[in-house]
Amino acid sequence: MRSIINYLKEIVFGVWSLMKGMKVTGSYFFRPGTIVTQKYPNNRKDLVMFDRFKGEVVMPHNEKNEHKCTGCGICEINCPNGSIEIISKSIVTEDGKKKRAIDKHIYRLGMCTFCALCVKTCPSNAIAFAQGFEHAVFNRALLIKTLNKPGSQLMKGVE
Amino acid sequence: MLFDIVSANSAPLPSEPWWRVFYDFSSLTQSINTSLNDAMSPFWTTVTEMLIIGVLFLLFYAVVGLFLVYAERKVCAFMQNRLGPNRVGPFGIFQTIADLVKLLFVELIPIKNADSFLFNLAPFIVIIAGFMALAAIPFAMGLHAIDLNIGVLYVIAVSAMGVIGVLLAGWSSNNKYSLIGAMRSGAQIVSYELSVGLSIITIVILAGSMQLSEIVEAQRAGWFIFRGHIPAFIAFIIFLISSTAETNRGPFDLAEAESELTAGYHTEYSGIKFAFFFLAEYMNMFIVASIAATVFLGGWMPFHVGNWVGFNIIMDFIPPFFWYIGKTFFVIFLMMWFKWTFPRLRIDQLLTLEWKFLLPINLVNVLIMAFIVLMGWHF
Amino acid sequence: MEEKVKNITTDEQQEYVINMGPQHPSTHGVLRLVVSLKGEIVKNVQPHIGYIHRGIEKMCESITYPQIIHLTDRMDYLSAHINNEAVCLSVEKALEVDIPDRVKVIRTIMSELTRIQSHQLWWASFGMDLGGLTCFFYGLRDREKILDIFEETCGSRMIVSYNCPGGLMYDIHPNFQKRVKDFIKYFRKILPEYDQLLTGNVIFHERSKGIGKLSLKDAISYGITGPSGRASGFSCDVRKHEPYSAYDRIIFKEILFTEGDTYHRYVARIEEMWESMNIIEQLIDNIPDGPFAVKMKPIIKLPEGEYYQRVETARGELGVYIISDGNKNPYRVKFRSPNFVNLSVLNQIASGFKIADLVAIGGSLDLVIPDIDR
Repeated sequence: MRSIINYLKEIVFGVWSLMKGMKVTGSYFFRPGTIVTQKYPNNRKDLVMFDRFKGEVVMPHNEKNEHKCTGCGICEINCPNGSIEIISKSIVTEDGKKKRAIDKHIYRLGMCTFCALCVKTCPSNAIAFAQGFEHAVFNRALLIKTLNKPGSQLMKGVE
Repeated sequence: MLFDIVSANSAPLPSEPWWRVFYDFSSLTQSINTSLNDAMSPFWTTVTEMLIIGVLFLLFYAVVGLFLVYAERKVCAFMQNRLGPNRVGPFGIFQTIADLVKLLFVELIPIKNADSFLFNLAPFIVIIAGFMALAAIPFAMGLHAIDLNIGVLYVIAVSAMGVIGVLLAGWSSNNKYSLIGAMRSGAQIVSYELSVGLSIITIVILAGSMQLSEIVEAQRAGWFIFRGHIPAFIAFIIFLISSTAETNRGPFDLAEAESELTAGYHTEYSGIKFAFFFLAEYMNMFIVASIAATVFLGGWMPFHVGNWVGFNIIMDFIPPFFWYIGKTFFVIFLMMWFKWTFPRLRIDQLLTLEWKFLLPINLVNVLIMAFIVLMGWHF
Repeated sequence: MEEKVKNITTDEQQEYVINMGPQHPSTHGVLRLVVSLKGEIVKNVQPHIGYIHRGIEKMCESITYPQIIHLTDRMDYLSAHINNEAVCLSVEKALEVDIPDRVKVIRTIMSELTRIQSHQLWWASFGMDLGGLTCFFYGLRDREKILDIFEETCGSRMIVSYNCPGGLMYDIHPNFQKRVKDFIKYFRKILPEYDQLLTGNVIFHERSKGIGKLSLKDAISYGITGPSGRASGFSCDVRKHEPYSAYDRIIFKEILFTEGDTYHRYVARIEEMWESMNIIEQLIDNIPDGPFAVKMKPIIKLPEGEYYQRVETARGELGVYIISDGNKNPYRVKFRSPNFVNLSVLNQIASGFKIADLVAIGGSLDLVIPDIDR
């Protein structure tokens, strides 16, 4: 007799536990308001990334096309993957001195792991992270970027 | 010929209420039959009728299959708290059509060392089994391809034939996963056929007939699930569980358990052959659900409550075909709900469930039902 | 002659050998399991590893200590923050720098958040292994909320790179505390739903109870740590036995079971999520003021010697062993990764069960393949 009762108990307990699971899925089915999916390409316009989001390394320029990069090469040393390469040139300043300055700040986006060591160690805060994340291109060569704009100058007062 | 059988069985009686005459399809089928008979010899009439029915079923199969794939994706998406297909067309309704077009263009990969004849035959067997079962299902009043007097038996027998396709697919693929999947499927269907049959027999005892149209007609006063007290309800639950197992779905999808066997018996199939298996799965679900709707939930019979005359008249306004489709989709929804809630069973637990739980309960259930019918205790 | 050879069928030849992986849905990565079957029953499981070997230990020898951080992120990517913490702690230990309290507390909170998100993903994929696909989406949905917290403070979602020797890369975001509190409030409501969906389910009980029993003796002799070890009764929580960061100042209990089957490995992780939330709640309001990092030299050179630091990741004990010869690069780095050790027990506990159980056992060990291969 006891075994029959246990048998029935097993069935009732089993069915009850299954119903509890069905309650969870069923309750979500009838509450479409809880859906969290974002329709990504449709919400591109009002999609705001967090301000710290590490999308890509950029070099901010001011309106006079000046940047803060002195070409010291610390970012190049600190980069673990060698995704930064600095090509410097020597220029003659106004007072006639020869000085090292940046010719090209080459940044290989395809190799970057976004560890933020370059941005953190830059002594003059010349580079920063931008929030753009749509990096897909059809040609690998397009991922090699020159961060300083053509014709840009070192900002006054930055050593 | 075929239409003759239909019209002979469900010709409206003089005492019929207005809606039964109004919504009856037999006058339409009869007029087609007579006009065809006038135009050609009886042999060609039969051939033409068969062709018409074949084309109609083909269309029905494709439409229902595609819709069910879409419905399943949408239902599971909502249960999983996401949106589901929403790119192709409004609410993604053309998603399955896009998928089908893609599948049509996919290369059919020939498998090395596979038994190519059986390999190519398997998807057709699965599809044909579905087609044959569809023939006996009463969609609405008088809308019946063939009304066999052993309709229930026929549908069960024919829908179980699909497993041969699954077994062949697994055997001929020359793939170890496929073979395991096929063997599981074989063991599963052999055991669960029993429960499906017994749970329907419970209702056959109550209805006193195996003819599907008569079973529907017998539910005019009330659906069997309500009339048969608790045994009918238990039979309905058992039928749901075992038919889910029979269609290789839900918590019983061991034959294609993707976390264990990648895709089970159809691992090696691609393109349209895969689409056949895929469509057949949904079609089997539809057939099983429509049997459940016909046998337990009154088929195309409207919902009537005892003496509420006004309510009953309002219910009568809804055409029988929509009643049938509504009930079928309700059962399909239940099966989807199972599938997207429960984890999968293991093969030995699957057989334990059948032989230690469903079968004994079913046997006792049949006994109780027979007793109730004998004593005339049902409504 | 050939005919004769064909007719001899030994037991070994009769075995049905299937390859699970490297591309297989149940291995969660590029792990290859060569499984010998007899019918449905698993006779022998041989893991073949190395498909995602990247030589992280060797690469560490050619880069500086702060740069190691970005590699350890990619070892066990689900407990990236804890891996980083281990490297930072060992470097700090070697240099004998005093870490500000603020850093310790933030690191602890971040570690526990990492643990929760890792367990959420494990719960999601474990549900999927057992065939309950809905679990996968619920788990990932809730994990997203933690990733958002990470993104706001650290700038990236999974590979956070938030630690650096001497402290943290940047201070926490002003919204951090509020977001964490919101999350805890939300997750305390959601976690019972996990139980209703899977833990209490009778099918799940049947699938997991008594499956893949790992005895305490085996757990200790194989060195199984983390929730998998603790489910067998092996008290191995590094946070408790050798507290680092802020773990010495908080009250939490070590989740211990004695059964050691799949079900208890599962429950241990669910309980750990509750415990992690308790830890975060104790700390989140008491983040002390102070600097978020100690000023370190631009080029960090460890004094000559050997340094070892162990931490408790979401999967077990991670040991970082650094040998320094006084240069800016380490001479040798060795990671004692929990997943590699936990994988070694798979054959022991899975043989004799069915294929479906093998998948469940593999899921309950919570393997992250890049951590195995490194």
